[in-house]
Amino acid sequence: MEFDFADQQPKLLMLMYGLVAFVLVVGGLLLLLDVVPAWFARRREAQLVAASASGAPLPRRPKQREGIFALFFLLPTLLLLTIGLVVPAIRTVLLSLMNRTSTEWVGLDNFGWMFSDDAIVRVLINTLIWVLLVPLVATGFGLIYAVLVDKARFEAVAKSLIFLPMAISFVGASIIWKFVYAYRGEGDQIGLLNQIVVSLGGEPKQWLLESPLNTLLLIVIMVWIQAGFAMVVLSAAIKAIPGDIVEAARLDGVSPWQMFWQITMPSIRPALIVVMVTLTIATLKVFDIVRTSTNGNYDTSVIANEMYNQAFRYSENGRGSALAVFLFILVIPVVIYQIRNLRQQREG
Amino acid sequence: MTTATPTVAVGTQKTDGTPTTTAGRVRKRLNSRTATLVSIVIAVVWTIPTFGLLVSSLRPEDEIKTTGWWTAFTNPQFTFENYQQVLFGRSSSSGQLAGSFINSLAITIPSVLFPLAFACLAAYALAWINFRGRDWVYIAIFALQIVPLQMALVPLLRFFSTGVTLGGVTLMPAWDLVDEQKFAQVWFAHTCFALPFAVFLLHNFISQLPGDLMEAARVDGATHPKIFRTIVLPLITPALAAFGIFQFLWVWNDLLVALIFAGGGDETAPLTVRLAEMAGTRGNEWQRLTAGAFVSIVVPLIVFLSLQRFFVRGLLAGSVKG
Repeated sequence: MEFDFADQQPKLLMLMYGLVAFVLVVGGLLLLLDVVPAWFARRREAQLVAASASGAPLPRRPKQREGIFALFFLLPTLLLLTIGLVVPAIRTVLLSLMNRTSTEWVGLDNFGWMFSDDAIVRVLINTLIWVLLVPLVATGFGLIYAVLVDKARFEAVAKSLIFLPMAISFVGASIIWKFVYAYRGEGDQIGLLNQIVVSLGGEPKQWLLESPLNTLLLIVIMVWIQAGFAMVVLSAAIKAIPGDIVEAARLDGVSPWQMFWQITMPSIRPALIVVMVTLTIATLKVFDIVRTSTNGNYDTSVIANEMYNQAFRYSENGRGSALAVFLFILVIPVVIYQIRNLRQQREG
Repeated sequence: MTTATPTVAVGTQKTDGTPTTTAGRVRKRLNSRTATLVSIVIAVVWTIPTFGLLVSSLRPEDEIKTTGWWTAFTNPQFTFENYQQVLFGRSSSSGQLAGSFINSLAITIPSVLFPLAFACLAAYALAWINFRGRDWVYIAIFALQIVPLQMALVPLLRFFSTGVTLGGVTLMPAWDLVDEQKFAQVWFAHTCFALPFAVFLLHNFISQLPGDLMEAARVDGATHPKIFRTIVLPLITPALAAFGIFQFLWVWNDLLVALIFAGGGDETAPLTVRLAEMAGTRGNEWQRLTAGAFVSIVVPLIVFLSLQRFFVRGLLAGSVKG
């Protein structure tokens, strides 16, 4: 049996409908915006001609209606954001206060369940471990690497190597690392990690089954992906340090170590904060890695994974929504911190 | 691995400037050696897992399952059989990834185009059209960036499946989409979720265009739509590319949105969904997993490598300037 291309045609047709819809919507909007003002302009011209012919006083120039333009430019965005984000978010908050089928109000019961069910408390602790470790370790590696390869001979290539995992999906990355962690009971090991352990004289292990080690091994995947992001942003910040400051410090005989702590670190502080904040938020929402690697089993689940399970596998809409709301609440202080930082920077 | 910089510190505690003695110079070279060594170690650790996957995907099934991929260099046996199987094999266990590949394309292309166009229009209005409440609209859109998309999933899925009824009046019927029609749901969801960041990123670029240019065009009688099409759009192509790549990678690599709005059926499931499923149910079929993973990686990798410049620029504009 071979692959049949005819099966794929409905999909391609659907894609074409999508593209036609795109051209119609966007093209139509632009056309509308072009034609309507032109029509008004022509009408006004006609009025002017008529007025000057009859000797009547010229009609007042109408007030510029910029607001109308703005409305049309903004219309698709505002409409989609309202339907797709604002209203659903408000409904999620309401659902989190209702029972599993959203027929009765239950107050804060769902939140109470979150902190009393041992399995969920474990999930919250895991999320905490993720949030504490990923931003720190990923930023650490990114910073060290950015400093080390700065102005090195093969800087561009060296940076690409670290940056590359960013292009790989979390699912792909999880498979890559699952293969590193792979275990075989007898014979040669096929996983790199177990091979290293065996060649050092240890016993091979089923890495992903052992809590709490497995959570750390999943964190490695996230760090592997995100270190590139930290590296690129920090590297740009390092390059933006004014050359004369560095030169002056060098003339003063500052050691590389002092240079790093007294010149580099203070200069890139804003970038450092942005990276940490971005990574913290990304880590709070991590889902794909846990789902692909362990499906949340063996005590590895995190909030986003549990939210998916509750809402879409067990049809526990109330509990799932409560977890989503909790996730949102966790993000808020991080964002407030960043906004305050940005404001201080602008003022100072 | 953090040893590089501390050694530097111990090495140059002197206050009299650059090392003038021979010992000092040797020490300096050693330091840069350590630096090079550490950076090489990090680079290797970061590259090896992907490399191992690529090598494995080209090895015959029984070889993958019994020996480590590093033995392939002493005992080279390579084949494209895995790719053949995983892409075009007809049995349900083989993956049928060619179909999923097309699904991924069908999901990704419109999900990039729609937010790009809408955000572009909105960003222009927010930057260059004067109207009351402009700042508030911008702040509101900006603030929406922090809402995790998890907050929208349950109600949005209901919106598609049951429509909108307010006080007994049906405002919008259920979409009732089947099979490949479900792509429309995914496009819709991705577009909504992408807009806040897209508007923010493009606004950063558009608001920095020179005001004189707009003023001159206005004096010449150009309307906003005309300025937008003929002046702004050509000038912000790099920003469009930056966001385009960003969104492309995000949608292509996304699992959560696809899982919920496209489902796991052959007609709609993109590569990520199919691979996650294979990793769960056929976790030991490494010949398929490795080849499958590489199939899903190769497109973003090509996009990424060829357009890295734009991507980095977008990343920096989105994170540092913000």
